[in-house]
Amino acid sequence: MRLSFVGGLIVISLIIFLTFGTLLAVTFRMEGFSGLARYDWAVIKFTFLQAFISALTSLILAIPISRALVRRNFIGRRILITLLGAPFILPVIVAILGLIAVFGRTGLVSDFLGFFNLKPLPLYGLQGVIIAHVFFNLPLAVRLLLQGWLSIPAERFRLGHALNFSPLNFFKYLEVPMLTRFVPGAFLLIFLICTTSFAVALALGGGPKATTVELSIYQAFRFEFDLSRVAVLALIQFLICGLIAILSFWIALPTYQGSGLDRVIPINFQGRIVDFIFILGSALFLILPLFMIVFRGSHSLFLLPEAIFMAAFRSICVALFASLLTVVMGLFVASLLVYHSKKFEIIGYLPIAASPLVIGVGLFIMSYQWMDPARIALPAAVLINALMCVPFVLRAILPTFIDIEKNYGRLADSLRMSGWTRFRWLLWPRLRRSVGFCMGLAAALSMGDLGVIALFADPNHSTLPLEIYRLMTAYRMNDAYGAALLLLLLSVSLFWIFDRGGRLDANS
Amino acid sequence: MLTLSSIVYDVNKFRLGADFRLPKSSRVAIIGPSGAGKSTLLSIISGFTKPCSGRVILDNKDITLFAPGQRKVTTLFQDGNLFPHLTVEQNIALGIRPDLRLSSSQILLLEAAIKRVGLSDFSKRKPNTLSGGQQSRISLARALVRDCLLLLLDEPFSALGPALKSEMLGLVKDISIEKDLVLLFVTHDPEDAKQICDLSVVVAEGNVYPPVCTTELFLNPPEILKAYL
Repeated sequence: MRLSFVGGLIVISLIIFLTFGTLLAVTFRMEGFSGLARYDWAVIKFTFLQAFISALTSLILAIPISRALVRRNFIGRRILITLLGAPFILPVIVAILGLIAVFGRTGLVSDFLGFFNLKPLPLYGLQGVIIAHVFFNLPLAVRLLLQGWLSIPAERFRLGHALNFSPLNFFKYLEVPMLTRFVPGAFLLIFLICTTSFAVALALGGGPKATTVELSIYQAFRFEFDLSRVAVLALIQFLICGLIAILSFWIALPTYQGSGLDRVIPINFQGRIVDFIFILGSALFLILPLFMIVFRGSHSLFLLPEAIFMAAFRSICVALFASLLTVVMGLFVASLLVYHSKKFEIIGYLPIAASPLVIGVGLFIMSYQWMDPARIALPAAVLINALMCVPFVLRAILPTFIDIEKNYGRLADSLRMSGWTRFRWLLWPRLRRSVGFCMGLAAALSMGDLGVIALFADPNHSTLPLEIYRLMTAYRMNDAYGAALLLLLLSVSLFWIFDRGGRLDANS
Repeated sequence: MLTLSSIVYDVNKFRLGADFRLPKSSRVAIIGPSGAGKSTLLSIISGFTKPCSGRVILDNKDITLFAPGQRKVTTLFQDGNLFPHLTVEQNIALGIRPDLRLSSSQILLLEAAIKRVGLSDFSKRKPNTLSGGQQSRISLARALVRDCLLLLLDEPFSALGPALKSEMLGLVKDISIEKDLVLLFVTHDPEDAKQICDLSVVVAEGNVYPPVCTTELFLNPPEILKAYL
């Protein structure tokens, strides 16, 4: 297994280079550290505050919603549970436009309030950032807690009924212990996701009162080109992520399972109306923004300017290359871990705590003397998106990989199956499904990514999400909705094609 | 044909010593209580376990340091002998060329082996659509096509019913005679041993005793085997 060793080490080095090497390149630009300005403190405060409120709100809502979902059987239950997985592959900018159409100044909620002569809600600033973060993370929290409810053995509920437990007894003896196990991890995970949030803050935040550290890195680079300030902010972002990484040693971050969430469990069945309100409310909160994208976007979808289609083409290319690269990287890391040394596993998960913008700035600093920054925009987007997906790929394929070697490794050894032959006839047929899913996920995430591309791209190198952001800030909302619908369709199709491709003829 | 010369395996308080020779075309049952080291013995011969000292010699070649795939040895494990994602034909063809690029003469060899074990009608099917007995036939057909001198059975038929097991043992015996293989067969059942093995080796308390005639062994079992039987 020479190739797996060399290839694995190359990928590991690439990950270290992209996460730490770029950070180092950025910090070399620091011209003395004179303490943080008041603005910087405000940014740090806002980053934590919005992440804290977003995580807290998501979990407070997720507890009754997941409880209602797990004990009620109703028409559309499976679809709703599947839909809870959708925000994960939904491009951030699409969701933001959907939320604007519902909660914005001319959105549904404001129309409704206007009906009673009430003032429209302001969506920009802290509340906008929080609504968007809850939109993305509430479904995640609900799914994680569904796993929690389902982890309580059915016998315990039977025992509770046999002992004539009151609803309060059930809650105290069965549900609270589960919640104390699941809630901290879920909270930390969502908190982590929200602290590194960029696109949401870019579109709905801004100004001294609503800027995250990631967003201020973008501003310092793009508007002020103050590399010294970027360096300070990059270090702050690194410290925040490091802090959370250390916390996660004590509180295990939950792992995310895709299937088997549609069982009903017999928690006491009182509170029908409350359950109904939570289920309906969460369904509306999830579905309405998407519906508004389809509704408003379908008018202008076919009237979009040519530049939008060019951007869409570039986005598809980025998505395809990134998904291919991430799977190759993931497979090399996985084979290094399985065949050679488990020690490197932590490096495979490093990108979780990395900041795409810092990596982007680092790549810029290393290359701008010889290359036009706009020309590295797309390759950098491919590389960084691939890197950010490696942890998902590892999580999806590593357990299967280990199982394959455990169950069939001896047989393959005795048949002299090594190198390419082993990959082709043993690993690939059994990993195909997970690989297909990972490629779909990576393609959808890269397709919708509005991060590093915003740092350097000019209109000749922009991607679809960036074009949508430009249309939005130019108040060309009709075109923005049309382009958002296009992006939504492309992302979902890419995910579907890859996921489906992995399953075809996989009847083993 | 096969010589284990002063083999010692001593890891984590588990000790196994072996020193014996097996003549050409012999069929040998390996008998002994659970945990005595029967599977370890097979594993040392097939190369999955490296002995701490001593040598394994097959056909006058010292193979002690050879990787499992380099040895002219076929092992049938208790389970996991087949790849569920490959067809019957592909599973057998792996024994000829692991990359499955067969020449026309190799294809003839493959077809003959499939026919020999009676699976001609099933060659394009996946193993899990076949019965347990048919699945055993697939791995035996692979032993047929492989270039090997030694066939090791680590209780591969323990999940089969008595009649089917007996039928499989008959096929194993025929195949090892046809290919002139040395057969080593781990079993718990004296009847199995009597059916196909002329010699038997007792493994107990960390020792592998030299091969003796199977019929005599069971007519007059030593103390160490009596307790187990």
